Amino acid sequence: MLLDVQGLSVSYRTERGIVRALNSVNFSVEEKESIALVGESGSGKSTLGISIVRLLPANGSYTGGDILLNGKSVLGMNDREVRAIRGRIVFMVFQDPLNSLNPVKKVGDQILEALRLKGMRQDQDRETDQREVVEAFKDVRIPDPNAILQRYPHELSGGQIQRVIIAMGLLMKPKLLIADEPTSAVDVTLQAQILKLLNDLKEEYGLSVIFITHDISVAYNVSDKIAVMYAGNVVELGPTESVIKSSLHPYTKGLISCIPAGRKSQGLLNTVPGTPPSLMHPPSGCRYHPRCPYVMEICKSQDPELLPVENSKVACWLYSTQAKSQQGM
Amino acid sequence: MLKESLIKTNGLTKSFLASKRGILESLSRKPAAYVRAVDHVELEIAKNEVLALVGESGSGKTTLGLLLCTLETPTEGEIFFNAEKLEKSNAKKIRQKIQMVFQNPSESLNPRMNVRSIVMEGLQKFGLDKAQKQRQFEDSLKAVGLDPAEFATRRPRDLSGGQKQRVAIARAIASNPEFIVLDEPTSALDASIQAQVLNLLVGLHDKYGFTYLLITHNIAVAQFISDRVAVMYAGRLVELGYTDDIMTSPKHPYTQALLKSVPTLVTKDLQPPTGETPSLLNPPSGCRYHPRCPYVMEVCRTTDPELSPVENREVACWLYPTKSKD
Repeated sequence: MLLDVQGLSVSYRTERGIVRALNSVNFSVEEKESIALVGESGSGKSTLGISIVRLLPANGSYTGGDILLNGKSVLGMNDREVRAIRGRIVFMVFQDPLNSLNPVKKVGDQILEALRLKGMRQDQDRETDQREVVEAFKDVRIPDPNAILQRYPHELSGGQIQRVIIAMGLLMKPKLLIADEPTSAVDVTLQAQILKLLNDLKEEYGLSVIFITHDISVAYNVSDKIAVMYAGNVVELGPTESVIKSSLHPYTKGLISCIPAGRKSQGLLNTVPGTPPSLMHPPSGCRYHPRCPYVMEICKSQDPELLPVENSKVACWLYSTQAKSQQGM
Repeated sequence: MLKESLIKTNGLTKSFLASKRGILESLSRKPAAYVRAVDHVELEIAKNEVLALVGESGSGKTTLGLLLCTLETPTEGEIFFNAEKLEKSNAKKIRQKIQMVFQNPSESLNPRMNVRSIVMEGLQKFGLDKAQKQRQFEDSLKAVGLDPAEFATRRPRDLSGGQKQRVAIARAIASNPEFIVLDEPTSALDASIQAQVLNLLVGLHDKYGFTYLLITHNIAVAQFISDRVAVMYAGRLVELGYTDDIMTSPKHPYTQALLKSVPTLVTKDLQPPTGETPSLLNPPSGCRYHPRCPYVMEVCRTTDPELSPVENREVACWLYPTKSKD
């Protein structure tokens, strides 16, 4: 197992109070596996992504649980050890790619600098290094790679920048790529190009991928497994086909049914009533219970655990007996 | 082909100066660089219809929307509203019949105003008395599913994203417009809220008979809500027809590639086009899609095709020879 997140809780201190962004989250990533974290804004999916490489902002803190990377606790590492895993073992691609590059340095120079800082290029001469960068650019289908090396970030299109970042990621040879909404700021044709690219690279380089997205259709197209997040909890986790085609949790079902898939003449869209809860004062019990059409008494007082049901895992009282019998209890 | 038309454009074009010219540049006689965001667009929108304008960023769809709601002045071409040509003299009168809803309600609502002032501000020019304005406010808030008494004194920061967009829609419908331009009205919203707002827009359309121009990059949203679809690429209209026809059998190679790029929950077969959208500062010669088009021919590189009728729709592509113009 490459990554094992165990009962992770994260809070942010804000002027208005404590925001409990993650509430005892469990999930794991195997080698060469791609998992999509899907949820709406405020579900905690981005927090989970940055928690893994200890990039929480100053007002964020770990309040419970642990993150094991190759069996080693990330939370127990000192700063030097954490810096060593960033980029080299876990590489992050963010939503707005322009922010990830230095605007006053040529693209080629800053990639080489990053590689040297990470201790990956000590004995080689500059030309060999450049050749490798050009090869990586070709791998991510950047046309005219030699010219791109000499450009500044503002001279590149959004798609080119996102590819440059991914190429940088490949050169670091990480085990795990975390992509946080990498296609939300780009057009649909470019999004499709990048999704295809990530799928190809995952095969070619044997990467594990965590793909964070609010778009469940995107998740379906890039992942082996899907984790659905709601208000700081993973509420459903399983193989992509099962989660999409035979979803268990009422929230997953709601999320899928409200995606437009036909014409208005065939009827209005299903909706999930209400809005996601405030994480400062989350509802008691299951955090989805105020919006859930199947709410029962127990949901209002007790938070369900993520338990195996069929070939997925789900945190919902509707399946508690099934889960218990599956566990042999 | 269409029932009574509400909006009709004729060679509608909008150019922007690409960069500011200082005195030296003006004296040097260096020609100014223009970006033609909307290039000779011929479009007709029928009364009571929902037309979706789809395209990628930089395709000119938002500029076309701004032109049609008179927030931009055309560089060339004409706009007819109810068969009346839009001119400076009648712009004010025509504008009263047009409203717009923007993408991000957090930016389009004044944070210092409360909901009542936001909705009633637009009614000032209509010569209504206080009681009439109050009634319009209450009616439009109820129409978007918000309780007027509860929301009147709230400010945007006290509202959720979905509620803000409902307020923006209430503001748009308060003056009983005929035509509403909806610019990506659900793109900033979460999926569960998007569905609520789309249903609301369908309900309002059915109840009040508005004409919508829905600008979106989301094909599923366009398919759900629209009667017809117009596809824009690099400032040009490349395909225009009934939604069912376009979604089931797109004719323009760009439309085909666009539809194959949309991730769905049905198949995992994405087939995006190669290359990127061209810069409008220096658009390709001939058909602007030709550098990316898998079916490119000699004529595509030199001559820009015009929208011509093909199988119950209009397409601007040399693959489909027109019988009318020889």
